Amino acid sequence: MPLVLTEEQEMLRDAARGFLEAKAPVSALRKLRDARDEVGFSRDLWKEMAEMGWAGVLVEEAFGGSDFGFAGAGVLAEEMGRTLTASPFLSTSILAATALKKYACEAHRQEYLPKIAAGDLVMALAVDEKNKHAPAKTALRAEKSGNAFRLSGEKTFVADGHVADKLIVAARTAGAPGEEAGITLFLVDAQAKGVARERTIMVDSRNAARVRFDGVEATGDDVVGEIDGGWRALEGVLNAGRAGLAAEMSGSAQRAFEMTVGYLKERTQFGRPIGAFQALQHRAAHLYCELELARSAALKALQVLDESFEAAGAFCSLAKAKAGAVARLASQEAIQMHGGIGMTDEHDIGLYMKRIRVAQEMFGDPAFHADRIARLRGY
Amino acid sequence: MADLEKFRAETRAWLEENCPPDMRKPMRGEEDICWGGKRWKFQSEAQKIWLERMAARGWTVPTWPKEYGGGGLSKEEAKILKEEMRRIKARSPLESFGIWMLGPALLEYGAHEQKAHFLPPIARGEIRWCQGYSEPNAGSDLASLQCRCEDRGDHWLVNGQKIWTSYADESDWIFVLVRTDREAPKHLGISFILIDMESPGVTTRPIRLISGKSPFCETFFDDVKVPKEHAPGVSAVVGELNRGWDVAKYLLTHEREMIGAGGSGAIGGAASPGEVAARLVGVDETGRLADPILRGRIAEAEIDGWAFLLTMERLKDEAKAGKGMGAKSSMLKYYGTEFNKRRYELMMDAAGSDGLEWEGERSEDGKLARSWLRTKANSIEGGTSEVQLNIIAKRILELPDA
Repeated sequence: MPLVLTEEQEMLRDAARGFLEAKAPVSALRKLRDARDEVGFSRDLWKEMAEMGWAGVLVEEAFGGSDFGFAGAGVLAEEMGRTLTASPFLSTSILAATALKKYACEAHRQEYLPKIAAGDLVMALAVDEKNKHAPAKTALRAEKSGNAFRLSGEKTFVADGHVADKLIVAARTAGAPGEEAGITLFLVDAQAKGVARERTIMVDSRNAARVRFDGVEATGDDVVGEIDGGWRALEGVLNAGRAGLAAEMSGSAQRAFEMTVGYLKERTQFGRPIGAFQALQHRAAHLYCELELARSAALKALQVLDESFEAAGAFCSLAKAKAGAVARLASQEAIQMHGGIGMTDEHDIGLYMKRIRVAQEMFGDPAFHADRIARLRGY
Repeated sequence: MADLEKFRAETRAWLEENCPPDMRKPMRGEEDICWGGKRWKFQSEAQKIWLERMAARGWTVPTWPKEYGGGGLSKEEAKILKEEMRRIKARSPLESFGIWMLGPALLEYGAHEQKAHFLPPIARGEIRWCQGYSEPNAGSDLASLQCRCEDRGDHWLVNGQKIWTSYADESDWIFVLVRTDREAPKHLGISFILIDMESPGVTTRPIRLISGKSPFCETFFDDVKVPKEHAPGVSAVVGELNRGWDVAKYLLTHEREMIGAGGSGAIGGAASPGEVAARLVGVDETGRLADPILRGRIAEAEIDGWAFLLTMERLKDEAKAGKGMGAKSSMLKYYGTEFNKRRYELMMDAAGSDGLEWEGERSEDGKLARSWLRTKANSIEGGTSEVQLNIIAKRILELPDA
């Protein structure tokens, strides 16, 4: 498959860009932040996105989705990255949709996928327990008692966890933290008895949650994937999320770079545009190359997810590592090259740095994924 | 699609039948390349047979037109040929500056007579070409070149010096950038001319490099007479007189893509730093390299190298979709060569003192050390990294001139 967008995907991109620039520009995020909005995104806007098929981007048409595939989802993620659009797209339309579509039983698929596609259900993935991503170290216990399980433990950095209707929770049903075997994924009602959520407003003005589970009841029917063998499903879902985040970061970094190059042409010092100085030209040119690499890696990961989902792990790590490192560089260069104005809250460029920081940390920072690639390559 | 599958089957069968077993062994390095030319001594009978058989089908230059000695293959067919050759690990039958550089230039800018005269001997490996671009005082500022070419009625008279002329001491002909108009602005007084190295007044001198090897030469032209026509209707000048810079730019773009591609390791086929380190530094009980800092640096480089390969793939696919590569070739040149230098630095780190041996069998006469030193030229030849960054800044980002 050629490593370029198809015509359909290009049309989707153009339509998405037009819509987001009109309806969800950076000023919309600023407004949500300044109003201390309790949801953290606009439910009306999300409904509109659902009507365009975005919420159900991975959902089969039979369930009311648009089924654009991961490459299509990546196009949307990239465009939302450009405008820093706050929405439950990652948590619900990529992570939860992947979990349900690829690993859930038919009953769950029929119940939830149409609601996701309609924009009526927000879901969140609860995996991290400590400050650094380490899914194999899952310690939250799911004790079996008769037919039921009781979940106890804590999750953190649960994106959109504060407003989610349903949580997908990685829990330990066997083995010890650090082992890939013995993990099970549970579908838990966010309102269930014993669930306590604390909204955590993050540096990027988006929302996550710390979630406590205190003997929360679940049954075998609530399991997604296999009991004790949930690692495969968890990895699959995380891979999709990583590729989605890579695309989003690629979009954010690209937009920050465009703003920076624009500023280099317009800002005058010493009687000439600062973009005429070679010290800045070479840094901008280097960054341009890095951005191209990040984009290639993200597109490849998304295409492989579509073509051979199970074989996508290394590609998703590549994309997440490269996009994370490049987006970080892009945001740092953006602020430096903007100079003083870049340090002000009034200017949008700082918002890019903040979002990129969060996205590059989520589901593994570049070091996490470099380690994973090294292990896969046998060193 | 059916036609392509048929082509694949036929190609596979032909290769199985015609590629000698000795030509299915991986090349050890540059010493195994078949360069061809009048003075070429085949390293083996197999190398000779392989060249002859491939040349007879036009497959030394698969996409060139048949009338000029090529295979007349479409891009898709050429890709299949490449894949099938890779499948049986067949070596390239012939490499040369004629194939890489002059051929594409003639196909783009040459007259029919020039193509018919010069291309078939390149395809058959009979004439070896070298390139005369840089001068001692014209490096990054190539367009300031001074090698003088005067119109003397029935011939051109060439005087001057070229430097970094690769393999000039083993080549039969040279394509040269010369100044044909000293009054015009510097880019508009340059011509692209073809000169027989056996002409009286042409001398070469190899330059010894830090790797101890001498792939490059200095080439001197003292009152060299170049006929206006090398054969009836075959002009010595390619393209229009005084518009040689257009040809040069076209070739530089081409060269940049090529050097950049080499930098990824896709062509060299060299071992990866991770493999070398796992072997020479060792791994701990969890399978991780015993040196965690080296491991991290190697993994980061691996990520960049892999993403770079994907970018080359994407740019080629975009070019196929009609978007062209243009100034993006500077990105490949810049990133690919800087990456290759970084890769060899890591290999040297992984090899430790073993990698420092310069002579003797154990090190194959310092193969790694010499290769490491060779990579330092990657970011200089074909336009320095700094020149590439200038091009990206100006042509792609459209940043203002200083």
